[in-house]
Amino acid sequence: MEKMPKWADVILIPVISLILAAALSALVILAIGEDPIAAVKLMVSGALGSTYGWGYTLYYATNFMFTGLAVAVAAHAGLFNIGGEGQAMLGGLGVALICLLIPWPHWSLALIFAALGAGLFGAAWALIPAYLQAKRGSHIVITTIMFNFIAAAVLNYVLVNVLRPKGSMDPASARFPEAVHLPNLHELLAPIGISFSKAAPANVSLLVAIGACVVIWALIWRTSLGYEIRAFGKSEPAARYAGISSVKIIVVAMLISGALAGMMATNNVMGEAERLVLNSTEGAGFIGIAVALMGRNHPFGVFLAALLFGFLYQGGAELALWTKIPRELIVVIQALVILFTGALDNMVRMPLEKIFLALRKGKA
Amino acid sequence: MMDFLTLIQVLDSTVRLATPLLLACLAGLYSERAGIFDIGLEGKMLMAAFFSAAVAAVTGSVWLGLLAGIASSLALSGLHGLASITFRGNQLISGVAINFLAAGLTVLIAQDWFQQGGRTPSLMGGGRFNAITLPFADSLAEVPALGPIYSELLSGHSILVYFAFLAVPATWWILYRTRFGLRLRAVGENPAAVDTAGVSVVGLRYAAVAICGLLCGIAGAYLATALQAGFVKDMTAGRGFIALAALIFAKWRPWQAMWACLLFGLLQAVALRFQNIDLGGVVIPVQVMDALPYILTVVILAGFVGKAIPPRAGGDPYVKER
Repeated sequence: MEKMPKWADVILIPVISLILAAALSALVILAIGEDPIAAVKLMVSGALGSTYGWGYTLYYATNFMFTGLAVAVAAHAGLFNIGGEGQAMLGGLGVALICLLIPWPHWSLALIFAALGAGLFGAAWALIPAYLQAKRGSHIVITTIMFNFIAAAVLNYVLVNVLRPKGSMDPASARFPEAVHLPNLHELLAPIGISFSKAAPANVSLLVAIGACVVIWALIWRTSLGYEIRAFGKSEPAARYAGISSVKIIVVAMLISGALAGMMATNNVMGEAERLVLNSTEGAGFIGIAVALMGRNHPFGVFLAALLFGFLYQGGAELALWTKIPRELIVVIQALVILFTGALDNMVRMPLEKIFLALRKGKA
Repeated sequence: MMDFLTLIQVLDSTVRLATPLLLACLAGLYSERAGIFDIGLEGKMLMAAFFSAAVAAVTGSVWLGLLAGIASSLALSGLHGLASITFRGNQLISGVAINFLAAGLTVLIAQDWFQQGGRTPSLMGGGRFNAITLPFADSLAEVPALGPIYSELLSGHSILVYFAFLAVPATWWILYRTRFGLRLRAVGENPAAVDTAGVSVVGLRYAAVAICGLLCGIAGAYLATALQAGFVKDMTAGRGFIALAALIFAKWRPWQAMWACLLFGLLQAVALRFQNIDLGGVVIPVQVMDALPYILTVVILAGFVGKAIPPRAGGDPYVKER
């Protein structure tokens, strides 16, 4: 018997966790001598009050959709992919190579192949940890953490020694050619008569991210592979007894996960920076963990949670600009969300389960 | 070719750089041997680094700073214990949360207290752990070969360095020669058996997590008050994860942990002193040095050079039978 109705598990618990995280964040803001209500107002007007704010909110949200989906897919297979950061870095390398080495006639063609290249590089970076987990039992959390650091070293080497244009001191690749410039929301919406900020970085890869949410939903709940992934994640022995190969599921789930994290680079590298720089991922791989936890590993939940974190990131930048609250407040909020929706889940869940059981007894 | 004095200097800096790794590595050893995975070593060190530097800067006493650092690290350990022991949550997710909490809170509080862009003021005089000169170090410095080894390499470190290296035999003794150590190891392998014997699993695990917090606190304080003179944003720079790597490399054993930390410390010292290393025509880029601890750990984890098997109950919350 279920202890709680499904809506409580899917909506009530994340909302309560979010309220707890928000309340603690408000205390932090109070403690540094600022007004939490004014801070929230500023965040809302800064992130949602103009098309410029929306453009940044949606830009961040695009990153978090990719990394959140990456964590979610792995989580369905019972794997904790903490390596989204490294996979996204390698995805950036894939995008840079595709954009720099091939003279593309049009951005649309370039985007398709850049997404493929980014996915391929991200998936390749997830393959070794996946293989080691599947074949040799090496703990995937540790290997993916190690691969994040190795990715940073690889990227550093490639940018300093290979991709850096001659005469440049900056550890960054050359600027991508004009032909691969992705249209931003201003350029996309102007033909249909909607005016949108020219300066904001949200671009066509937002649509790719939303498409990825739909595809992953269909994959997880409408295909036999998705069924096998979920069965494996729920119970490994049961899945193996049903004839599901554990090696196949671990490797395939991690390849999909790594590809999704890698594809983030179509947004931050190709859409925004238009060249590959050091630390282009800016921790988005880790935010994927919070987004997936918050979104309960469901693509639609990930979509909503990514929007929420996009709002927090843009709002936090505005706070740092106008008040003496540093940007790191967002890192604290992110930590609290991970804490309450992930690690302290039972703290929220146990009392609620008791309440629902008591209610049910009262009815019966 | 490197001359003798350069070698001594590199080894000396190896010892300095290995110390925070060693303290954090031993911290992780207690926790993981008791069955509590801890990927939050980094966060606990960072928190302790900030609070030790902040309190030392305000009071002028490095010892008060050390206490504050340990207290802040213990607070995060308590949080980890609450999440992973009491509420049986996911230990890895709790560790991730603790790392972010520390990364955010340290800068937030530093900015509020000192307004120096997330740093503490530079520590001077009594605000830092100073080097200790071992007896006769100066007079023996002239003795060929052994003199520099004694006066440069072994002498002239802060008290925390000596503490860290003494903690290795102490940990070995506690783990393998005391009743507490036996129970600690047992609770990481088979908590049900410990429970059946009438010993509190929860109590033991909290004790292990507390020791972990204590050692991480000292590691963080060492970073900010001995190795450097003050706190700067993200100053742990992945050391908590290198310590974790060393722990796996050492297969969760104290003496091996020391050697692993010295090896990783040596890699850091070499990367710091020489940029790209030219080995007879083959140039090893500095990034290889940076990545080597992680690559070695993956190789060890893959079981190609002796298999690293973690404590059997690691990561599993214990549910008492009803």
